[in-house]
Amino acid sequence: MALLRRSETVIAGILLLAMVLIGTINPAFWQLDNLFSLMRSNVIIGIMALGVLLVLISGGIDVSFPAFAVAAMYLTIKGMLALGYNGVVLPLLAATLMGLLLGAVNGFFVYKFRMIPLIVTLGTSAMVRGFLLGVVGTSMININKMPTALIDFARTDVISVTKADGTTYGLTAMVLIYLGLAVAMHLVLRYTMIGRSAYALGGDPEAARRAGFDLRKTIFFIYCVAGALAGFAGLLHSGMIWLANPRDFVGLELDVIAAVVLGGASIFGGRGSVLGTMLGVFMLVMVKNSLIIMKVDTTWQLVAVGLIVIVATALSAWRDRRRMA
Amino acid sequence: MSDGFIELRNIRKVFSGVVALDAMSLVIKPGEIHCLAGENGSGKSTVIKIMSGVYQPDGGEMLIDGKPVPGMTPIGAIAHGVQVIYQDFSLFGNLTVAENLAMNVHLGEKRRLMNWRRTRAIAREAVDRLGVELDLDAEVASLPTAGKQLVAIARALMSDARLIIMDEPTTALTRKEVETLFRIVRDIQARGIAILFVSHKMREMLEISERITVIRNGRKVAEGPTGDFDEASITRHMTGSDILSEPYVWTPPPGPPPVPRLEIRGLTVPGKCERLSLAIRPGEIVGLSGLLGSGRTDLALALFGMVPRYEGEILIDGAPVRMRSTQEAIDAGIAYVPEDRLTEGLFLPQSIKRNMLATSYERLARKLVIDRDRAEEMTQGMVRAMQIATPTAEKPVMQLSGGNQQRVVLARWLLTDARVLILNGPTVGVDVGSKAEIHAKIRELAQHHGLAVLMISDDVPELVQNCNRIVLMHRGRFIEDLPAADVTEETVSDRLKTFT
Repeated sequence: MALLRRSETVIAGILLLAMVLIGTINPAFWQLDNLFSLMRSNVIIGIMALGVLLVLISGGIDVSFPAFAVAAMYLTIKGMLALGYNGVVLPLLAATLMGLLLGAVNGFFVYKFRMIPLIVTLGTSAMVRGFLLGVVGTSMININKMPTALIDFARTDVISVTKADGTTYGLTAMVLIYLGLAVAMHLVLRYTMIGRSAYALGGDPEAARRAGFDLRKTIFFIYCVAGALAGFAGLLHSGMIWLANPRDFVGLELDVIAAVVLGGASIFGGRGSVLGTMLGVFMLVMVKNSLIIMKVDTTWQLVAVGLIVIVATALSAWRDRRRMA
Repeated sequence: MSDGFIELRNIRKVFSGVVALDAMSLVIKPGEIHCLAGENGSGKSTVIKIMSGVYQPDGGEMLIDGKPVPGMTPIGAIAHGVQVIYQDFSLFGNLTVAENLAMNVHLGEKRRLMNWRRTRAIAREAVDRLGVELDLDAEVASLPTAGKQLVAIARALMSDARLIIMDEPTTALTRKEVETLFRIVRDIQARGIAILFVSHKMREMLEISERITVIRNGRKVAEGPTGDFDEASITRHMTGSDILSEPYVWTPPPGPPPVPRLEIRGLTVPGKCERLSLAIRPGEIVGLSGLLGSGRTDLALALFGMVPRYEGEILIDGAPVRMRSTQEAIDAGIAYVPEDRLTEGLFLPQSIKRNMLATSYERLARKLVIDRDRAEEMTQGMVRAMQIATPTAEKPVMQLSGGNQQRVVLARWLLTDARVLILNGPTVGVDVGSKAEIHAKIRELAQHHGLAVLMISDDVPELVQNCNRIVLMHRGRFIEDLPAADVTEETVSDRLKTFT
């Protein structure tokens, strides 16, 4: 009974229903290569969503992570090209660190000036994007110049299958990275005091202060982790698509926030889980993916995502109100 | 010489030039139940904050176990065994009961990891110690107010408390819940823990406490064993004047009985109330009481057009009216002052003027433009008529005291030319002085303006004093319709207790 009342169960149910529905309209949906490609599309949005989940739980919001992701990605690849460095681990660390530092800027303004996170992250987002295009460059780095190590790393598959016609397809190993980060985030949220402090802060900031939580630590932690995850995802993304585009990820914040809210996190803070978020990400990616398969125009996809944000937020607000009553 | 656990001596506290406390003294003996009585704004919360180390006094000293404790901090106060239960309980609604209870222990031990098994064990012990039933896995937000209070009390008891300060603990509780709370308070006292009960409800103070300290304008004005006080003397100390309480008398005019202002015939709200019939004539104040869930609020909402799916008839001045929306109810002359004026009735950050005119804009707006002069005139008139203490009607409502806020809500409805006034808990959370003024206002409206008033309240003395009839409701039905002249507070209370 308790299981049935959990948001995750409801979301999983809706997800299953949607899968059956989409599968009926388009039987190709259930083919393994489609499912693999779907999971691949989960990776980047999913990693970013883990950061956004943390921010939403604490009662904040972050719209700057796509800008941070693109900045970390583009700067790292520019740097690699300038130094002639071809590797995987160090660049990923560098991109993560850049995201983390940018996140610290968000944390600073949110904590020190008690500013509304939406305004802070809108501001940092615009500044970072502007700085990147104005100072670092506007040109895309294509496959011919992209560091090969990154591409090779991102091409690793865990499973590969050969089709009857000789072509092969596989499930990218990046899914494992996503899963690993998700498990880590789950453990942090559930089993560490810093994770619980995010819930406490999102539940009642005044009570959290009175209880003696170190809110400076909590807020910095939250925004740094969100930034770090974005930086990491940014670089991984360029490896997966063999391209470093300084204008990438525009509008992605809406998709990711939609996915997290769809996954049951409360826009008012205090509620949300990793499992729910992963389900939400899967649902969003699947809907967008199916719209493409059904040859729906991209402008209509925007309408669909907007609709998802509103419906999911309305549902979670309704749920939260009922719980209060 | 001091035999107190904690003692305040001539405490003075000034906030940017305004003296909040001056020569405030208070002695709390170990294991006693002490009441700190005072009106809103008298300095009660400042006293709490000084005792709990949130504020530092600007003069005087605080002693614990006879020794001065200068420079008290919140952590220091807790270490000395002083615990405060705030009115908002300071709980995390999104977390479980267990986590709320164990949180302070974890933080105190500076833990980095969350051990859920230990959390449950700590919480189990805390709940057992209090001797109550609480679902440890329930989310705190899903608990009723009384449940949240239990969690807050259980948490306060965990840290070897010697004094628990309760700030207005009975405000949102029903009579039954108050009784449970008192039982728990006495139980805590039996373990040698002192309780400071901060309140402005006299009946409760007299019932629970052993000693009372009365504070007015930041000074101690009276102190002594509870037996030395009665309601009148506490009121006198709190307000500095006597408040007269004469019962409200309504005499029907000579001749044939007047047409009821409000009449309901066989009103039924499915699942809430059944076949209710009642007539209120001009000038009558009818009290309505019953337990929460008795259907009394549903009746009020139906009358105010918020339950369009009711059955039966509603007549205003003899004419049947169908209440399908609040607008129709307002047009018909019904005014409703909701239970929780703070969340339901007022736009707190907005000005007094805007709040007063909120339901009148439709009438003020001629051809899309609001008649500003008329709006100004109406507001000024009401501020005067309702004696709202404010230099200007532009002041945000949240800066007013509870009593003044309630008057703003009343004023709003009077501006709609209401003929029937429905009040739901009109003086909940209002201090004695303001309460008396609000009551006087309500009586005046009924007597001189011929309004029919339906006053819903848990506050039995309030009903007995201000109504000419009292209707008791239980499980959706009217059980009794008593002329107020024939009843005492006791008879009404006893009757209510039989409803379960």
